[in-house]
Amino acid sequence: MIRNIEELNALRDKTLKTMDIRLDRTQQPGTEGGKIHILVCGVAGCASSGSLKVAEAIEEQIKANGLAEDVKMIKTGCFGLCAEGPVMMICPEHVMYTKVTPKDVNEIFDSHIKGGKVVKRLLAGEKEYEEIRDRLPQIPFFAMQRRIALNNCGIIDPEQIDEYIALDGYQALAKVLTEFEPEDVIDEIKKSGLRGRGGGGFPTGRKWESSAVVKEHTKYVICNADEGDPGAFMDRSILEGDPHSVIEAMIINGYAVGSHQGYIYVRAEYPVAVQRLGVAIRQAEEYGLLGNDILGKGFNFNLEVRLGAGAFVCGEGSALMTSIEGKRGEPRPKPPRSAEKGLWKKPTVLNNVETYANIPQIIRNGADWFANIGTEKSKGTKVFALGGKINNIGLVEVPMGTTLRQIIYDIGGGIPDGGTFKAAQTGGPSGGCLPAEHLDTPIDYDSLTKLGSMMGSGGLIVMDEHTCMVDLARFFLDFTVDESCGKCPPCRIGTKRMHEILVRITEGKGTLEDLDKLEVLARNIKASALCGLGQSAPNPVLSTLKYFRDEYVAHVVDKKCPAGVCVSMVKFIIDNDACKRCGICQKGCPAGCISGDKNTPFAIDQEKCVKCGLCMEKCPFKAILKNA
Amino acid sequence: MNKVHISIDGISLYVPENYTILQAAKEVNITIPTLCFLKDVNEIGCCRMCVVEVKGSKALQAACVHPVREGMEVFTHTPKVMEARKVNLELILSNHDAMCQTCTRSWMDCELQTLANKLSVDTVRFTGDKKRQPLDIGVSIVRDPNKCILCRRCIGACKNIQTVAVIDTMNRGFDTVVGSAFGLKLDETPCTNCGQCINVCPVAALHEKNDTDRVWEAINDPTKHVVVQTAPAVRVALGEEFYMNIGESVTGKMVTALRMLGFDKVFDTDTGADLTIMEEGAELIDRIRGGGKLPLITSCSPGWIKFCEHNFPDMLDNLSSCKSPHQMFGAVLKTYYAQKEGINPDDIVTVSIMPCTAKKFEAKRPEMEVDGRSDVDIVLTTRELGKMIYDVGIDFPSLGDSDFDNPFGEASGAGAIFGTTGGVMEAALRTVADILNDSSADNFEYEEVRGLEGIKVATIEIADLKVRAAVAHGLGNARKLMEAIEAGEEFHFVEIMACPGGCINGGGQPLQLSDIRNWVDVKAERAKNLYKEDRKMFIRKSHNNPAVKKLYKEFLGMAGGKQAHKLLHTHYAPRKNYED
Repeated sequence: MIRNIEELNALRDKTLKTMDIRLDRTQQPGTEGGKIHILVCGVAGCASSGSLKVAEAIEEQIKANGLAEDVKMIKTGCFGLCAEGPVMMICPEHVMYTKVTPKDVNEIFDSHIKGGKVVKRLLAGEKEYEEIRDRLPQIPFFAMQRRIALNNCGIIDPEQIDEYIALDGYQALAKVLTEFEPEDVIDEIKKSGLRGRGGGGFPTGRKWESSAVVKEHTKYVICNADEGDPGAFMDRSILEGDPHSVIEAMIINGYAVGSHQGYIYVRAEYPVAVQRLGVAIRQAEEYGLLGNDILGKGFNFNLEVRLGAGAFVCGEGSALMTSIEGKRGEPRPKPPRSAEKGLWKKPTVLNNVETYANIPQIIRNGADWFANIGTEKSKGTKVFALGGKINNIGLVEVPMGTTLRQIIYDIGGGIPDGGTFKAAQTGGPSGGCLPAEHLDTPIDYDSLTKLGSMMGSGGLIVMDEHTCMVDLARFFLDFTVDESCGKCPPCRIGTKRMHEILVRITEGKGTLEDLDKLEVLARNIKASALCGLGQSAPNPVLSTLKYFRDEYVAHVVDKKCPAGVCVSMVKFIIDNDACKRCGICQKGCPAGCISGDKNTPFAIDQEKCVKCGLCMEKCPFKAILKNA
Repeated sequence: MNKVHISIDGISLYVPENYTILQAAKEVNITIPTLCFLKDVNEIGCCRMCVVEVKGSKALQAACVHPVREGMEVFTHTPKVMEARKVNLELILSNHDAMCQTCTRSWMDCELQTLANKLSVDTVRFTGDKKRQPLDIGVSIVRDPNKCILCRRCIGACKNIQTVAVIDTMNRGFDTVVGSAFGLKLDETPCTNCGQCINVCPVAALHEKNDTDRVWEAINDPTKHVVVQTAPAVRVALGEEFYMNIGESVTGKMVTALRMLGFDKVFDTDTGADLTIMEEGAELIDRIRGGGKLPLITSCSPGWIKFCEHNFPDMLDNLSSCKSPHQMFGAVLKTYYAQKEGINPDDIVTVSIMPCTAKKFEAKRPEMEVDGRSDVDIVLTTRELGKMIYDVGIDFPSLGDSDFDNPFGEASGAGAIFGTTGGVMEAALRTVADILNDSSADNFEYEEVRGLEGIKVATIEIADLKVRAAVAHGLGNARKLMEAIEAGEEFHFVEIMACPGGCINGGGQPLQLSDIRNWVDVKAERAKNLYKEDRKMFIRKSHNNPAVKKLYKEFLGMAGGKQAHKLLHTHYAPRKNYED
C-alpha cells in the first residue's frame, strides 16, 4: 500500500537501484538486483516467434550455471524489430540479439554471459553497421526514433508495478493530485497540442474539457483498446509492454473530468494484453493507486476491463459504448456527443491507448516539452506498425513531421530484394494509398488527410511494384464488407457493391462504366454513411483511383494486370530463345499443361494453365516469362 | 420551450429548441423523405434517406434525429443530398425482393415504392448479390426476410414499445437479417402475435397469415352456414382501406359489404362485448365481495394473455376467466343460435373480422372450444376484409348502410368502446355501478380512464366502494404496471390491452404509412370516432342490451352461472419463453 507521495518516491528510488544497468550504457555491471540483466521481448511478434521458449531456456541456463544471484531475466515489452524476433538484449552492454532460438541460448551463456564474448552471428543490425552494431542507438532504426508512448517498452517488466514506479511511474498522477486543479490538467493537455491517436485526431484536451463542463454526478472514462486495423499492433504493444502508463493516464483523466469509473475496452484476441492489464490493475489496487483516497489525496477512481468480441466496428466510439452496455455493437448518429451522452447516457471521455500512453509524460515534463516535438498542428510522436514490402517490419515511434521516405528507407530499411517503392497505405482499411510522389511529405494528421488518406491508428503498409493496386483496394474492401455492422445501407450494401465491382475488375470482366460506378458509390458512402468507419470505407478505392487510375484502366480496357497479380489476366509464356529444353518446368507443372521435348519447342497450353507460377519459379534459365 | 433561430434552404425561422431538423423543415413546408423513421417507434437515423447538409459538418446528417441548434444552417436539396438519397435508395432496392406485382403491399401501401417514385429512381444502377432467406410463416404473422429493408421499425415496436423483444438484428454487414434468437420461428418464441411489427413495417416483410381463401371456401360451400361478426374497432378503420378519412365510421357500409360478399348472417362482436361485461362484471363483484384474488385483470386481448403467460406466470390467477368477446360470441353462435335457428352446429362456420392478428392464434387455442367445436373457425383482420371487398370489385365508399342481423341486432355503446384503451374498464364500470347501486346512473362516462396516456390510474366511488382502477395499453406499459402490482401497488380492477391505444391500433388494422403517422395521431382519430359511436347508441350499457338479456333468460341462466362458465370462460397456463 502506498499511502502518500513520500512512500511512492521511496519505492521509486529503491527499485531504480536494482535496474539502473538497463538504463545507462556505461557498461558497468549492476550492483543491486544482479550484475547482468537479460531482457527478452515477451509480447506480440516475438512471443509468436517463440520468445517464451527462449525465456524458459534462459531460466534453465541461469539455474544450471548457478547464476541466480548475478543474472536476472526480464520479460519486457516490444523493442520494435518484430520481424527479427525473438529479440533479446543483454545489459549493461545493451547488446541486442535477434532471431534467437532456445538452442542459441547455450551459446549465449557460454560465450557472452560467462565469457564476455559477444555472439556475433546473432547480433542485430545490417551488414554495413557490423562495426558498430553492438552500439544500437546509432543504428538508424533506433537513432531516428523518439520513444514517448513506447518509452518503457523493452525496458521494464510490465508485470512489475515497482519497475514502472522506478521509472517515474505514477509521478504524473502524484503531481496532478498535489499541484493541479482539474481544469489545470485540461489546460495542460490542451497546451501540449496532443491529438487523439486512434484515428480521428481530435484534440485531446478539448475532448476532456467538453465532458468536464457537463454537470453530472456520474461520468465515465474509457480507453479504446479495440485495435482492429489489420496489421496494426501499436496499442497491443503498449498494453503488453507498459500497461501502467495507460492506467495512470486514465486516473488523471478521471480527475480532470470528474469521473470515478473507467473501463478499458480491449479485444479478446489480445489475451496477453488482457492478462497483463488484469495484473496491472490488481497491483495498482493493492498499492492504493486505484480505489478510494488515492495517494491520500481524497480522489477515488476504479477501473474495469471489458472484452470486445473482435468486431472492427466496436472501435468506433459509440459502438464501443453500446457494446460495453451489453448490446449489439453498433454506432449511433451524433449528436448527442459522447461527452454529453455516452456510456449509459452519461458524459463519457473515450481515448485510445496510445493517446493515454503520452499523458503521464506530458504532465511530468510539461506541455511545452511535448509541444516542441512534431509539426505545427500535430504535436509529439506517432507509433507506426510497419508492414508489407519493407525490410524492418516492426513497431517504430517517430516525431510527427517525419517524412514517409525517412520512415520507409532510413528506419524501415527500404524495400526488400532491391524492389521499387510503389505506394504506402496509411490508416489501415479506412486510410488511403500514397504514391512515390508523396514520399517526402512530412507525415501528420492534416497532410495525410489532404492527400486523401488518414493517420488512422498508425498502420503503415508498404507496397512495391509487385502489388496490384486494384487488387489491394479489393483486399481492403473485403475487410470492410466483412466488418460492416449492417446498420446503414451505404455501408451495408454500398461497400458490398463496390467489392463486387472490384472483383469483377480483377477478374478481367470490368468496364469503364464500372469505374464511374465505383466513384459514385465511394462519393456517396463517404457523404452519407452513419459512422466514421463507414464514411472512410471507400478511401482505399478513392485514393487508388486517384493515384493509380491507369492501373484500373489497364484492367478494364486492356484486360491486363500491370503488376501481374490478378490471376485471370496473367499469362505465362516460354521464351524459346532462353529455353534449354531441360523439362524441369514440365515435371513441376501440376496442371500438366506444358508440352515439348528435346526436339520440339516447349509451350504452355493457356487453356489448361492454372497460373500457379511454379514453372517460372523452377526454371533454372529464367526462360519463363509472366506476361501481364 | 425556448426557441432557436435557424435557416433551412435560406428560409429563416424560429423553432423550439427540442425540434429535429425534420420537424423544423415541416414548419417551412418541406417534407424531407424518411424511411426508417417512425415517430415514437424508431428514431435511430439508420436508413440515410433523410440526409441533409448542415453547414460545418463534413458528412451529411440524418434530419430525423439531428437536433436543431442556434444559428444552424441546413440545406435540404443540394446535389450532394439528392444524389446520396437516390444512391442509397438504389442500394436498398438492389437487395430487395422487388416482385412488386405479386406483393401484398404493392400499389399505395409500400413506402419503398412510394419513395422510389418520389425520388425519381427510374433504374437501379448497382446490382449484385441478393439475400435469400426462407419465409417464416406463423399462425398469425408471416415474415419475409427477402422483402426486409432492415429499417428496424419492427424491432423498435417489438423491443422498445412492447418489450417483447423476440426479433432483433442478427449477423452483420450484408448478412444482417432481422430474426429471432437461434433462428427460431416466431411461433417458437414468446412472440405475442400482437402484430405491431406489421403495422410499422414499410414494406411487405411482415404481414398477417392470410386466411381469406378459407373464408371464400366456406362461403362457396352451399352446405355451410357462414356467420360473420365484426369487432368494434373494425368499423372506425375499415374505411381507411379505401382511402376514406382516418377513423371514419363505416359500420353500415361494412354490414352491406359483408352481405354482398355472401356471408349468411352478419353480427356485431359488440354483443359479445356486452356478454363479456356481464360475466366479467359478475366476476369482479364476486371477487371483491367474496375476497377473491385481486386485482381482477381483463382478458380480452389475446396478445396480452400470451404475454402474461410468458412473463407473469405467477399472476395468471388474477386474469379474468372470461373468454374474449368474439370467442364468447362464437360459442353462443354454435350453441344458442344454432338451436334457435335449427341449424346443425357442425354446419356453421364462424368468422371473426378482427383488428387483431393475435386473435388468429387465440382462436386456435385448444381451450377455445365447446363440446369439441371451436368457437371461432376463421379470424380475418380488418385488412384482409378490405382485400376481399377489393377483390370482388365492391365500391365500398359508395355503399349504403345496413343493420346487423337478428336475433342479436344492435348492441350497446359500452360494447363499442371496447375497441379503445379504457373502453373495457368504462363498460364494466357502467354495469358494475348500476348493479351495486341497484339503480340506473345517468352519469356514466368515465373520463378518467379515457385518453392515450400509457398507464391511467383512477379511484372510482361506487356505492360504498372505492374502486381502484388501472388501465395500461401497449405491452411495455403493461409490463410496468404489472411490476408495480407485483411490488405491492393495490388495485381492484385492471384493464390491459396489448396494442398501444387498444384494438383501434391493433396489428390487423389498416396500415397508415409513416408520412401520416409521423404527423397525425391515428390512434386518437379512431378512438374519437368510437366514442362518437357510443354516444349515437340508444343503449349504452351492456346489461341493458335486450338480446343479451334474452340470451341469459332463455339459455345461459345466471351471469357467472354453470352454463355461462361452460361456454364463456376459459383458463390459462404458464408458458416457457424458450425451450431449454
